[in-house]
Amino acid sequence: MSLSLRELQEWDDKILKLVERFGLNCYTQEFEICDHNEMLGYMAYSGMPSHYAHWSYGKNFERQKTMYDYGASGLPYEMVINTNPCIAYLMRDNTDLLQILTIAHVYGHNDFFANNFTFTSGLDAKYTIEIFKANTQRIEKYIQDPSIGIEAVEETLEHAHALAFQCSRNLALKKLSQEEQRIRAWEKAQPAVDEHSDIHPRREYTAPNLDRIPLEPEEDILGFIAAHNPYLPEWKRDLLRIVERQTKYFIPQMETKIMNEGWASYWHHKILNTLELPQKLHLEFLVRHNQVLRPHPGGLNPYHLGFVLWHDIERRWNEGDTGREYSDDTPLIDPSTLSENETPGRKKIFEVRRSDRDSSFLRRFLTVDLMRELELFQHEKRGKERVITKVADDENWPAVKENLIRSVGMGSIPVIKIEDADFGSNRTLYLKHYHEGRDLLLEYAEHTLMHLKSLWEKDVVLETIISGKPSLLKLVGDSLKIERM
Amino acid sequence: MSTIFRPYTPSSQRSDRSAGDRARHRQKIKNTIRNNIGDILAEESIIGRDRDKIIKVPIRSIKEYRFIYGENSPGVAQGNGSQKPGDVVDKGSPEDGEPGKGGNEPGVDAIETDITLEELIEIMFADLELPELERKSLKNIVSENAHRRKGLRQAGIRPRLDKKTTAKNRIKRKLAVSGSRGIDFENDEQRFPFHKDDMRYFHVVPTEKESSNAVVFCIMDTSGSMGTAKKYLARSFYFLLYQFVRQKYQNVEVVFIAHHTEAKEVSEEDFFHKVESGGTYISSGYKKALEIIEDRYHPSNWNIYAFHCSDGDNFYSDNERAVEAANELCNVCNLFGYGEIKPAGSAYYSGSMLEIFAQVTHENFQSIVIEKKEDLWPGFQSFLNKDKRGTFAGSQRKTTSEGAAAATP
Repeated sequence: MSLSLRELQEWDDKILKLVERFGLNCYTQEFEICDHNEMLGYMAYSGMPSHYAHWSYGKNFERQKTMYDYGASGLPYEMVINTNPCIAYLMRDNTDLLQILTIAHVYGHNDFFANNFTFTSGLDAKYTIEIFKANTQRIEKYIQDPSIGIEAVEETLEHAHALAFQCSRNLALKKLSQEEQRIRAWEKAQPAVDEHSDIHPRREYTAPNLDRIPLEPEEDILGFIAAHNPYLPEWKRDLLRIVERQTKYFIPQMETKIMNEGWASYWHHKILNTLELPQKLHLEFLVRHNQVLRPHPGGLNPYHLGFVLWHDIERRWNEGDTGREYSDDTPLIDPSTLSENETPGRKKIFEVRRSDRDSSFLRRFLTVDLMRELELFQHEKRGKERVITKVADDENWPAVKENLIRSVGMGSIPVIKIEDADFGSNRTLYLKHYHEGRDLLLEYAEHTLMHLKSLWEKDVVLETIISGKPSLLKLVGDSLKIERM
Repeated sequence: MSTIFRPYTPSSQRSDRSAGDRARHRQKIKNTIRNNIGDILAEESIIGRDRDKIIKVPIRSIKEYRFIYGENSPGVAQGNGSQKPGDVVDKGSPEDGEPGKGGNEPGVDAIETDITLEELIEIMFADLELPELERKSLKNIVSENAHRRKGLRQAGIRPRLDKKTTAKNRIKRKLAVSGSRGIDFENDEQRFPFHKDDMRYFHVVPTEKESSNAVVFCIMDTSGSMGTAKKYLARSFYFLLYQFVRQKYQNVEVVFIAHHTEAKEVSEEDFFHKVESGGTYISSGYKKALEIIEDRYHPSNWNIYAFHCSDGDNFYSDNERAVEAANELCNVCNLFGYGEIKPAGSAYYSGSMLEIFAQVTHENFQSIVIEKKEDLWPGFQSFLNKDKRGTFAGSQRKTTSEGAAAATP
């Protein structure tokens, strides 16, 4: 081990002082020292100290280990999870500098977890560990139960995993209960108050069907099945709800990958530059920092993109280069007369770290100039090849930006909603893919529908668009049938 | 704000949490292999390998399906300034039509599993559920180097002298002599030498080992009409047969007989690679096999498996003799099979022996058709399933040894 625990604590004290000076607002931090095997283990289970068992995590582990063993990918220097207190794992094989860098980086994440709205409106971070542990224990109980057993549990989990990400994307939006939806539907159907009803012909009034299920298209597929398939045994219902809840825990992380990594990188950069490291460590810092933040031509490095964007926002607000849309911001004061924490740029980034997620972050702050600086381009599949179709020129930059926004976070998951749970009056589940230009991969759709059918225990139909033609995907026996609409 | 550091505890003190899930995943992969064994065995790289060699079996990893976007989903990436519209960023791998890398699409989730051929064969025969095959009297083979001690003898060679027993015998005799003659040997300086009667030698017998023997006769038509593709199919079948027989018997020999109008015993190399020309007398191959059996592999000591691959072209005049010889072979073999190899498209204009071999009524005869490599495994199964029906009407030899009796309940 490179640094002793006492030395680590000394560095941590120094870093923590800076964290407070810069005004970061963190949960209590817990660092756990681990070795590379444990790191592989944590990675397979998304860092959770207790997570239910399923073979797919064994697969994750094997794949990561193979890649690590063959040198195809290194291990992260740290791993940090969104809990309160915030838990981070430090690899004991890291060099001295890496430990210092990682500690600083982790505080950036910690602050982001504690303040960004996607996290604060989700599962309460104080109870995360307990909830995961309780879930694990319940699933363990089902596995031990001779009338259920591991085969049945794993199968149900597999079905549930297939659909886990078909859920609401923004946890800050309040979900209406059945009753509230009913009231809203009824109110919507009422005729508007008409002052001149005396002279207007009387409008036809049709009563809304308040018994329709679901009243509004439903995105939370697992939750819907748990609530509306009357034939599910209680333990299966429980499994679906566990998977649904645990998936929701991970959504904020997916939704803020660029912001979160960029934020942590911004702060480790700032903190290590302020720490006055000995020269040897400082040189290593420059090398490591560049390794993590270098752009990946042909790909997109979220660390790099986020880091560049945060700096760009700070610069623009300090220089008053906020663009037309934001000209109503506070009038420009020379930032050099202000303390660092008070500059408009710094204030702006603290505000944004609270209020945005990747899609809005990019939409609001990725300027065309920055897109050109980053050399962003759009690529599409032509036959077997991927070909560049657009670059950020005057004509195409909005399209490139739009496609980038669509591909981040939950944007990479198709929006599919349950429209009708009693289609054709025989309890067929009717789903609709809200198509916005991207087709579904049919092989995957077929198998996912099979998983869905196993859970719903009745036929399922999916409406989508294939190559521009509205189509219905049906399962007949074990194969997919495509019907043009 | 405060911070807590938890020191490192060595892995050995923690439980390996992913062990269970890894084991379940391995189990799933094994099942995948089992379900696709036919395809995997048809892979060229497996045929003709050493048993202990580790082979890499490419299997699609177990996919975890969910709704994802397909081909027409654009991605955005970063360049280095030289990119322009129309440039190719990813050529795509030649063999798959699956979505490539980039953007938000899943990569091809393929993994390779290391497995020894031995394991693979175990898996493949495990799901055949074969009954115990009839075994010939286990032949006692005297191994040359292994010996074990068995009792003592009064005569023997010096190296086998049992010194301890010999010394004891001398003491016994000394006590007896001193008592009867009243001589005190301890104080008296008189010598009391070993006598020939004291000497004991280990008796050594050579160990005998029971071993079961089998011979596989690979008979192939090497006439001009058997092209490389056909030979490959034949070879694959022989490979399966050989591996199967190896699984069952301790001592397995293989005989290769190549025939066109006449037959000869050849080396494996020649068998698969030498191209002959001319017509075909199938009977010549069978006659040669019978000759060799007569000569070296007596049916009472050898379990004989014979299989003949041909494309079905035979001189008409030979058919009758071929059936006759086939019947004879059935009498001496545990199993005898005929495989007609007809790669797609060739079936129309070439002859077939299937109808002619229908006259062979022995229970232990089976003819199969192999059109493509996917037919190999089912064909092999049906060939071996001949056994499942129980005893062979065709082979009426008596099995005398206990081992064989136990094997055929």
